[in-house]
Amino acid sequence: MWNALFFYLFALIALGGGVLVITRRNAVHSALWLVVSLLGVAGEFLLLGAEFLFAVQIILYIGGVVLLILFVIMLVNLDQAARMRQFNRQWAIAGLCALVVGAEIAYFVWRGGPQAFQLATPVSAGPGEGNVEQLADVLFSRYLLPFEIASLLLLVAVIGSVVMAKKRS
Amino acid sequence: MLEPITPVHFLLLSAALLLVGTIGVLTRRNIVVILMSIELILNAVNLNLVAFSRYFGEPSGQVFAIFVITMAAAETAVALGILIALFRNRQTVFADEIDLLKW
Amino acid sequence: MSQFYTSTDHFVLVPAIMLALFGCAILLFDFFLFPEPRQRKWLLAFLVLGLVFTGVGLWRQHRFLAESGLPQITAFQGTLTVDGFALFFNWVFLAVSLVIGLMSYRYLEIEGEHHGEYYGLILLAQCGMYFLATGTDLITLFIGLELMALCFYIMVGFLRTQKRSNEAAMKYLLLGAFSSGLLVYGFSILYGISGSTKLSEISLAVANRDTWDPLVVLALITTSVGLLFKVSAAPFHMWAPDAYEGAPTTVTAFLASGSKAASFAFLVRMFAGPFESTRAVWEPLLIAVAILTLTIGNLAAITQENVKRLLAYSSISHAGYILLGLIAGNETGLKGVAVYILVYVFMTMGAFVVVTALRRAHLIGENIDDLAGLIHRSPGYAIVMLVCLLSLAGIPPTAGFLGKYYIFLSLVQTGHYLLAVIAVLYVAVAVYYYFRIVRAMFVAEAGPSVALASSFGVRVAAALTATLTLGIGIYPEPFLQLAQLPVMR
Repeated sequence: MWNALFFYLFALIALGGGVLVITRRNAVHSALWLVVSLLGVAGEFLLLGAEFLFAVQIILYIGGVVLLILFVIMLVNLDQAARMRQFNRQWAIAGLCALVVGAEIAYFVWRGGPQAFQLATPVSAGPGEGNVEQLADVLFSRYLLPFEIASLLLLVAVIGSVVMAKKRS
Repeated sequence: MLEPITPVHFLLLSAALLLVGTIGVLTRRNIVVILMSIELILNAVNLNLVAFSRYFGEPSGQVFAIFVITMAAAETAVALGILIALFRNRQTVFADEIDLLKW
Repeated sequence: MSQFYTSTDHFVLVPAIMLALFGCAILLFDFFLFPEPRQRKWLLAFLVLGLVFTGVGLWRQHRFLAESGLPQITAFQGTLTVDGFALFFNWVFLAVSLVIGLMSYRYLEIEGEHHGEYYGLILLAQCGMYFLATGTDLITLFIGLELMALCFYIMVGFLRTQKRSNEAAMKYLLLGAFSSGLLVYGFSILYGISGSTKLSEISLAVANRDTWDPLVVLALITTSVGLLFKVSAAPFHMWAPDAYEGAPTTVTAFLASGSKAASFAFLVRMFAGPFESTRAVWEPLLIAVAILTLTIGNLAAITQENVKRLLAYSSISHAGYILLGLIAGNETGLKGVAVYILVYVFMTMGAFVVVTALRRAHLIGENIDDLAGLIHRSPGYAIVMLVCLLSLAGIPPTAGFLGKYYIFLSLVQTGHYLLAVIAVLYVAVAVYYYFRIVRAMFVAEAGPSVALASSFGVRVAAALTATLTLGIGIYPEPFLQLAQLPVMR
């Protein structure tokens, strides 16, 4: 009962925040609504028992990525940008895409109910140990290689932002 | 149908978030808002991954989500670097005013 | 669990380690060992050395597979798989990086940009490509793709004081990140379908389901939209002409050859792997995409005045031909895809080498007019361009004909007669716009003559690409054997 209540609450926060992100005129407002939406998703993570990702979502996503975005909004002066037209002329295309996908999902749900989306059957049941230990175990054994590649990815990101942002010597 | 909460509920929520993000990417002109819409899409992905991971009782979905967040951070950093370089030369943040090359 | 990093793991990973190591080394040497401008050529030397070491690693894998007769080597618990498919594409990437490195030195001097970061990024991008061709796990494939894409975003915007380059990078990044988002959404559904991130288990899970299962269809659609964005197939091609035009010409060449080949490796890996059992769903979709791609690519190319933009549309239309091979899907078709990609990277890079040489200080040199009278000014480069254009148009005895021959053959074998006819018709259109360039080079009056920006590296790159473009067409045996690799299962 409480589970369901919280699910719908967080879903509302995530979706409502998302809709406000893409409709606000001022980019700073959009960024703040993005924080709200991400908090909603973080709440869902908590419901799903993913405490580690909950923390990562708040520290890295909200504290890192959105902060970075806010910095840049401040850096590139957006005052006059907020007064200009905010939407391009692709409303028709976007609406059509949304309609088609929405109709498709609605059709499948209508046809088969929730059973339309059949996931694979779970192999093992029940988490034996804490979330963080479990994740660390897998991350540093089975997924060690992608972990190492991710370090290269971050290196490239560092190089990239330095190359792009530095002034011409 | 509203209760109990199954992975399918999460799937529908993430599909809705994906839709919102896609509409944002396609309709907004402001580059920063387009970037935020892409973040929404990536959050939809993470929601899926974590919900499935919980359902299977197996952590690889959550590990995948960690990598998605890593990639989002890296991509945003580079995007903002390029945006600063662009703003220095052009003084615009509107995607369709980037018109030296036809959109 | 007991074995953390076995010798097999190491054997499989060596080429990637070499690429990452030399990539980072070049970045460091730029500061510590060779800070002086006249020492820059050592950075290029290190790039070539890194590629040699990578090549040795690949050669050992190649020999091992050939001698042991095993179909594949798997490592990291099925995360990486070295099979003929991976080997073939890695050889292609190696050749591409070598040519791009050679042709870039002079161009960077003219643009006055840093060398260290550029060469480092080439190697790191190739490292990403290695994981794209070799990976058989969703997470590894995804991270490899992002590594490659991130390097390309930066390289496209490398001329950061030029508006064109900034804008191209921004557009490319926005659409690239969007397509990655869709792609990884599809991956998340695939994980939900199978409960695993391994391609082999996903293939089984997908095959066990109804063809029109909603989740499978959802995964298929989002994944293929993401992939089609990456290979710049219509209607997801709009980033390509802008990114190609605004990027530094050498990076355009890398984008058109390396990035496209790697994206196709990924696409074929997905469609011939996990999605093979849902062919009934994606075949009509891909047929529509291929026809649209051929139409838009060829028709839009007709009116272009900028050579880079023209070649961008031509590269879109080539993506259409490669998709046709995948649609046919029999052994000839897959072999055709391999031959076509092999041929395509060399002829495209060859054309871009010449365009690169046209860029001189105070002269952008990208319009068709800039090629006027090239045969009188610089016959060598004019011949290289001619060979590459003939090949792009698919005229024998050049290599382009061979690629198109296999694609058309596979279409006829599998009964797609209408598709074959359409594809042949568009060859005629293509001949028209390629010959606009040829006419400019051979017939038009030469303008005031300015020497081309040639150098030893550029000449080697031009000679290499032209020789291979002609050589594969005249003496195809060894190359067909190489292209046979991906088909062997």
